[in-house]
Amino acid sequence: MTIISKTVIRSAIAGLAGIVLGSSAYAQNISGAGATFPYPVYARWAQAYQQETGTNINYQSIGSGGGIRQIKEKTVTFGASDSPLKPEELEQAGLVQFPMIMGGVVPVVNVPGIQPGQLRLDGPTLANIYLGEITSWDDDAIKALNPDLQLPDLAIAPVYRSDGSGTNFLFTNYLSQVSEDFKEQVGSNTSVQWPTGLGARGNEGVAAQTSQIQGAVGYVEYAYAKQNQMTNAVMKNKDGQWVEPNSETFQAAAASADWSANPGYYVILTDQPGAKSWPITGASFILMHRQPQDPAASQSALRFFHWAYMNGDQMADELDYVPMPDKVVDQVEQTWTTGFAEVNGEAMWTGGQQ
Amino acid sequence: MTAQSRTLSGSQARRQSLMDKAFQSATAFFAVLVLLILGGVFVSLVQGALPALGTFGFDFVTTQVWNPVTDRFGAVSPIYGTLMTALIAMAVGIPISFGIAVFLTELAPPWLKRPVGIAIELLAGIPSIIYGIWGLFVFAPIFQQTLQPFLINTIGQVPVIGDLFSGPPFGIGIFTAGLILGIMVLPFITSIMRDVFETVPPMVKESAYGLGATTWEVVWKVVLPYTRVGVVGGVMLGLGRALGETMAVTFVVGNAHRIGNSLMAPGTTISAAIANEFNEAVGELYISSLIALGLILFFITFTVLALAKIMLMRMQQRSGG
Repeated sequence: MTIISKTVIRSAIAGLAGIVLGSSAYAQNISGAGATFPYPVYARWAQAYQQETGTNINYQSIGSGGGIRQIKEKTVTFGASDSPLKPEELEQAGLVQFPMIMGGVVPVVNVPGIQPGQLRLDGPTLANIYLGEITSWDDDAIKALNPDLQLPDLAIAPVYRSDGSGTNFLFTNYLSQVSEDFKEQVGSNTSVQWPTGLGARGNEGVAAQTSQIQGAVGYVEYAYAKQNQMTNAVMKNKDGQWVEPNSETFQAAAASADWSANPGYYVILTDQPGAKSWPITGASFILMHRQPQDPAASQSALRFFHWAYMNGDQMADELDYVPMPDKVVDQVEQTWTTGFAEVNGEAMWTGGQQ
Repeated sequence: MTAQSRTLSGSQARRQSLMDKAFQSATAFFAVLVLLILGGVFVSLVQGALPALGTFGFDFVTTQVWNPVTDRFGAVSPIYGTLMTALIAMAVGIPISFGIAVFLTELAPPWLKRPVGIAIELLAGIPSIIYGIWGLFVFAPIFQQTLQPFLINTIGQVPVIGDLFSGPPFGIGIFTAGLILGIMVLPFITSIMRDVFETVPPMVKESAYGLGATTWEVVWKVVLPYTRVGVVGGVMLGLGRALGETMAVTFVVGNAHRIGNSLMAPGTTISAAIANEFNEAVGELYISSLIALGLILFFITFTVLALAKIMLMRMQQRSGG
């Protein structure tokens, strides 16, 4: 009893000291905020990194839009977004952008009698469902894609992310590419005006609504579909091949991306060519200030990202994310050396051995 | 000796009057603080809402469009959803609360009063997110598979009002949100009704019974008139909660910026829209539009409370004259 209370008091004092001493003694605190899509893998990395180095990374998954806003307002060391900023936007806000991790968005359905991986969908059909033009599961368009399936006469309940999110951006970006109607009527953004269906908050909200409502179709980040054992659909990709969502097909989509040709790494991985490419794949980006107010914190953050690139692949794999290829990592670290303003006449990033 | 004690008591009196003044100004400060906070909230809401209201003008409260891509925003569907869910909640909550309160104060055997009373207070203590989760995971699927198809096939077939109960059964929507809200406001209205019903002097009721009144007549003609201020207060508290409730509604309302022709259709409310979208809102207009929604909710709540006050004043005048 007394021992416990002593420990409590001691840790409380230590905690207070940490707050009082602030940045000088605890410069090893890095704050970040943004996308919910990569949150599971960032949290995992942060935990492992803290065990190894004692550096604490505080990442708040408030969504891509929130991440962009927070980094612009300089309240965090780094922001995270699944929807990349255009080079001119980066220039204007004085930000450096680089991709950290990739993953896939997966359509999930709740139709009685349909098992995971059985239902086949293509982009235009999915777009018409979300436009409200296909309203029943036994519609001819869905039947034509699934001649062997027994599809019920059941109303389709399209479920979407009601919060603005990178997942929304990837999904609407894909549908806009495959459907002119969708591009004109809805467009692509982290948050759009959906003509039909119902909204739910976050990946977990969409997963929950889709599991609860008979006849629902939704889209979630792959880890949610897998962990909740949801019924995923098989998609037809740009090459006309049917593909299952898994790290292999996400990687295939990522492989063809030409990161070097795009300033600010403005690459969107939806609807990529390739026989094995999953059509709704995306990268998640980190945003940092070129000229940060606290260069030491930014340097700590870069050390963490470097560590994650070097040691985080397996952890990412276990959570069904796709690590960035080594070639891209090299390129990103190049960007770090030249992209940031100099600190006391030296580059912000001088390699991993700091 | 006497002179000394007189001076002592004189200084004591001075000290006491000083203390009194300090106490008075301290309490006055706290009271004024409430006004300052309220005013501060109002001013910052107006300030935040100005860009949106300046851009869209009156269109903001007359258009249904809510499109972050093109930066066009209109508040009609969240306003509609807020009022409609609150209305359904009141339609469900008031009669049930009234029934429970009457049963507890007039009819229940003494051994049942306490447990039911405690159960109602516990109901009030359940966090709203729990109602939301329960609504989504337990209530909505049952509703989708049983009650909703039944409503669609019966009332839904009636001309004119049928439209309100038509459409595909999704289990969630404005109607479901209203029902969940109705359950959530139950304990607030019930416990206030019960408390005020208990303030009716037994003599008054016994006199009515002595004149041969039935229980119904006693409740309707003696208890209710005697307690109407409290009853209206309880209903207003429930209505206030129903208008502003966020988490539970977000779970079951469908979060769609549309006004469906059916009550069963997904919709949204002001607080649900703000909770859902504020974190991820990018761009001045989008954020400003959400704050403008907050301002509208402020106005709606204010208007409702003001109307309630006016109604109470009228009632008092009538009974006084």
